[in-house]
Amino acid sequence: MRPAGRSDTESLYFTYPSFNAPDIDQRNTTTSSPVAIIGAGPIGMTAALALAKEGVKSVLFEKKNTFNDGSRAICVARSSFYILEHLGAVDPFLENALGWTKGRSFYRGKQILEFDMPDSKHDKYRPMYNIQQQFIEQYLWDAVAKSDLIETRWQSEILATHDHDQGIALSVADPNGHYTFDAAWVLACDGARSPIRKLRGHRLKGENFEGRYVIADIQMDHDYPTIRRALFDPECRRGGTVLIHKQPHNIWRIDYQLADDEDETQALKEATVRTSVAAVLKDIGYDGPWDLEWWSVYSANTLALDDYRDGRLFFVGDSAHIVPIFGVRGLNNGLADAANIGWKLGWVLNGQAAETLLDSYTPERRGATLDVFANASKSARFMTPNTHGWTLMRDAALSLALTHDFAGQLANPRQMTPFTYANSPAVLPDDPDFTQGPSIGAFLPDFKLAQGYVTDQLGQGFNLLCFDTSLANALSTAVPNLHVTYVPWSQALHDIYKADPDSAFLLRPDMHIAGRWKSANAQKIAQGFQSLLSSTGSNL
Amino acid sequence: MTQTDVEAIYAALAETIDRVTPEKSELFLAKLALLMAHELDDLDRVRALIESAELGLEV
Repeated sequence: MRPAGRSDTESLYFTYPSFNAPDIDQRNTTTSSPVAIIGAGPIGMTAALALAKEGVKSVLFEKKNTFNDGSRAICVARSSFYILEHLGAVDPFLENALGWTKGRSFYRGKQILEFDMPDSKHDKYRPMYNIQQQFIEQYLWDAVAKSDLIETRWQSEILATHDHDQGIALSVADPNGHYTFDAAWVLACDGARSPIRKLRGHRLKGENFEGRYVIADIQMDHDYPTIRRALFDPECRRGGTVLIHKQPHNIWRIDYQLADDEDETQALKEATVRTSVAAVLKDIGYDGPWDLEWWSVYSANTLALDDYRDGRLFFVGDSAHIVPIFGVRGLNNGLADAANIGWKLGWVLNGQAAETLLDSYTPERRGATLDVFANASKSARFMTPNTHGWTLMRDAALSLALTHDFAGQLANPRQMTPFTYANSPAVLPDDPDFTQGPSIGAFLPDFKLAQGYVTDQLGQGFNLLCFDTSLANALSTAVPNLHVTYVPWSQALHDIYKADPDSAFLLRPDMHIAGRWKSANAQKIAQGFQSLLSSTGSNL
Repeated sequence: MTQTDVEAIYAALAETIDRVTPEKSELFLAKLALLMAHELDDLDRVRALIESAELGLEV
């Protein structure tokens, strides 16, 4: 919601573009595509870019004529930066987002915890960055608009889907009328309220947590570094929790919990929001001027589809899962979904991998969601405990934290780390000799070289990361579709990868480890790579 | 721990519970439980003690 007198897209700092509906003649000339993507939000655009990276064409359908004005993600995690880098879109993010590593928690005004997220010289990106969703969409759109492989149709709504042997026929409505569009594969990236999910008769399942939060963005000249603050039981909101995040353009995100007896309609009135925000600002010692940009309300949910795939249609991002915000995994998880289905569909459509590769999408990405649920539920129970026992122990921990650091650690939110696809059909069985270091299915940790990082050396598609020149030479032309990345072995490298000079890692296009060999040779690698692409599913 | 020590702890707990008032006694005991569990540094032992404290509550 916006203050009285301002329209939905009238922002203090962002100019929403307005996109025209497709030209009727032009849209009638293209009536089919290998992939149709429904929803041109950050997830849909990322999926389109991931497909384009593999050389696959897609058409994006978006009901609205501009970017999202409802969903307001702000935290972009390190792993998402690698995805953006891979898609050639990371530069504007690096230029404008605010990187951060630290969080502070307060109990009744006293600091009880300061935590640092893992960050070392081997990390190319900071653990987290804050940037408004409008900018996220703007930067992705800039990349989408440049791509010859992506066509975007704004003001185009999908009214029905009809499955047939070779794909799905979509009934599309735009200002010029109705038409049918045919796609071999469909990605539903249409958000938490996904109309496609409803059309297909699927329902999210899981839990709703009790706590409701008002989420407000304000603009103020507040002198505080980019450190996430959590205020437990502050004076401005006794018994409740407040979260404060800095964003670019002097915008601050303030989330405050509503008490059980607080009426939502009343709480969302502009005057109430202004009073509540003013009380928070008084608590943090800010007494300068401020302007209200936007506000909304949310409650913590852990909801997901049982299966992210429905025939030739895949659910990607919030259409497949809704997670509590405390783990900052909504957008980040969605971007990982999009990158995951993007490269897999690309490799299948290009004939480089068997169609069974697509069977790994649900177990991998739903597994990641269930992992988020486990962690986020812990966080949610601490932020908004909903029973007497959880409330009492939370209060005991906070009170004890004033004098004992160990208790303050209970207020430490779960870190956002990429999920490990350990038992996925799209990774190889592990090498029993390789007992330490980054494991099968894990996101490859980066390593600082004399110049740049290991990940700077990676090529398009699958990569074989090895540390021995003769192995690199033997493989360089032996295996089709495999890019060989040689990095000189060193003791420092061993400290991170636990690899011997003759070890090797097989990396998927999404930088997850598909295979690893403690003592590698060209034959083992060629066989492993071959079996991964031809018979995925054998590892189940 | 001697009988005298147990009696001293018994008295200290009773007096502190009275001092913190009934409204805060539950919070105080929960803090104490966390603190003592942390000192004990033995997950299985603490779990066993939690179970054993739960016994006989309805007698």
